Amino acid sequence: MSKRESTTKDSGTRSNPNVELVRSEAPSELLRELVAHLRQNRTQLREEWVVRITETRLLTAMTKEEIFAEATSVYDSYVEALETEAFEALQAYARNLSERIIPRGVETHEVVGIVLLLRDVLARSLFAKYQTDFKKLNRILDAYEPAANRIANTVAVGFVQERERVIRQQQEAIRELSTPVLQVRERLLILPIIGVIDPQRARQLTEQLLRGIRTNRAKVVVIDITGVAAMDLTVANNLVQTVEASRLLGATVIVTGLSPEIAQTLVTIGVDLGKMNTVGDLQGGIEQAERLLGYKVEKLAEPR
Amino acid sequence: MEVPILKQGAVLIATFQAALSDADLNHLRMGLVQQVVKFRSRAVIVDVTAMDVMDSFASRTLREIAHMIRLRGAETVIVGIQPEVAFAMVQLGLTLEGVATALDLEEGLAYLTQKFKNTD
Repeated sequence: MSKRESTTKDSGTRSNPNVELVRSEAPSELLRELVAHLRQNRTQLREEWVVRITETRLLTAMTKEEIFAEATSVYDSYVEALETEAFEALQAYARNLSERIIPRGVETHEVVGIVLLLRDVLARSLFAKYQTDFKKLNRILDAYEPAANRIANTVAVGFVQERERVIRQQQEAIRELSTPVLQVRERLLILPIIGVIDPQRARQLTEQLLRGIRTNRAKVVVIDITGVAAMDLTVANNLVQTVEASRLLGATVIVTGLSPEIAQTLVTIGVDLGKMNTVGDLQGGIEQAERLLGYKVEKLAEPR
Repeated sequence: MEVPILKQGAVLIATFQAALSDADLNHLRMGLVQQVVKFRSRAVIVDVTAMDVMDSFASRTLREIAHMIRLRGAETVIVGIQPEVAFAMVQLGLTLEGVATALDLEEGLAYLTQKFKNTD
C-alpha cells in the first residue's frame, strides 16, 4: 500500500486544519487505530451499550449483573475479533455463549439485536471522534463496517447453529423415550406405541424391538397401538414387516389397540391380516400372550 | 466349503458359515436330505448365527431344503437369524414362509422336544 506524499509540510498542516492531508493509511493501520480507541474507551462504551440494551428491552430474561458480565466478555471478544480478524475464535465464543444463554430463554432476535446495538454504539463513538476529519472518518468506516458486519453475522450464525444442535438432541431424546421395549414376564415383551409414527420412527421401532427380542429371549411380543391415531400405507407395511422379522427370531407378535380408523386403513390398503395376530385391547393381548406362554392366572384372594 | 453337520439323537444340526457361495448352498441342499435319509432323522436344525447377510438365493434354498426334508417326514427349524439380517430380509420380502424359526439352538431344540411330545 503506497503512501502518497503530503502536499505541504507537516508543520503547516498542524497549524492549518483546513489543508487536507492526501496521504492514506493502510486498512490494517486504520483498524489498529480503531481498536486502540475502542480499548481506551472500553468502560464508557460498554456502559452505553448496556443502557441501550435495557432501553430496547432486550435480554429481559437476564438480571442486570448477568447482562453486564456477558456484555463485558462480548465487548472484549468483539474488539479482539476486529483486531485479529480471527473469526473462528469468535464463532467458537458465540457457540459457547449460546450454550449458556439458550437455556435461560434468550431468543435469536435478542442476540442479533444486542450485537447490532454494539455495532451502532461503536460506530457513533467513531463519528464523534473523527467528526472534524470527514475523509478520515470515511476511511475508518471503510475498515470498520465489513469487519463489524462479519462479526454480527458470525455471532448470529453461531447462535442459530447452537439452537439447531439442541433441537436435534431433544428430538433424538424424544424418539428414544417414546419407544420403550418392556419385559413384563419371562419371554414376554410389550411395546406400547404412542403418537405419530413416521417412517424413520417406524424403522427405529423395528430395530429396537428385534434387539429386545434377542436380548430378552422373548417368545411373545405385544405391540399396542392404542396411542396411535392414524397410519399410512408405508407405516402399515412396516408394521407387517416388524411382525415377520420378529417371527424370524422365533417370536410371535400380537398387535392390540387398533382404532376403528386404523382398522379401516389396513383393510382398505389390503394388508394381509392373516399374517397378523390381533386382539382388541392391551389387556386381552397380555392375557393371550400368557396363554401362549403356558401361564395361567388365578385369583387367590380379594384385593386388600 | 464344508458345512459341519452334527447328529444329536434324532436331530441333525447343520451350522452354516458366514460366506456360503451359491455352489455351497446347492451342495448342501442335496447333502442335508441325504443325511436325513441315512440317519432316519426326525428333524434338522439349520443354525445361521454366523451369517451376517442373507440374499434371495440363500433364502430360497433354505425354503427348498425345508420342503424336501418335510417330504421325508422330518421337520426343519432355522435358528440364529440376527436382528439386522431379519430386518433386511423382510424389507426384501424374504419371509421364509412355511419354515419354522427359533431364536437360537437352545430354543430350536426346545421347540422340537415340544413338537415330538405332542405328536408321539
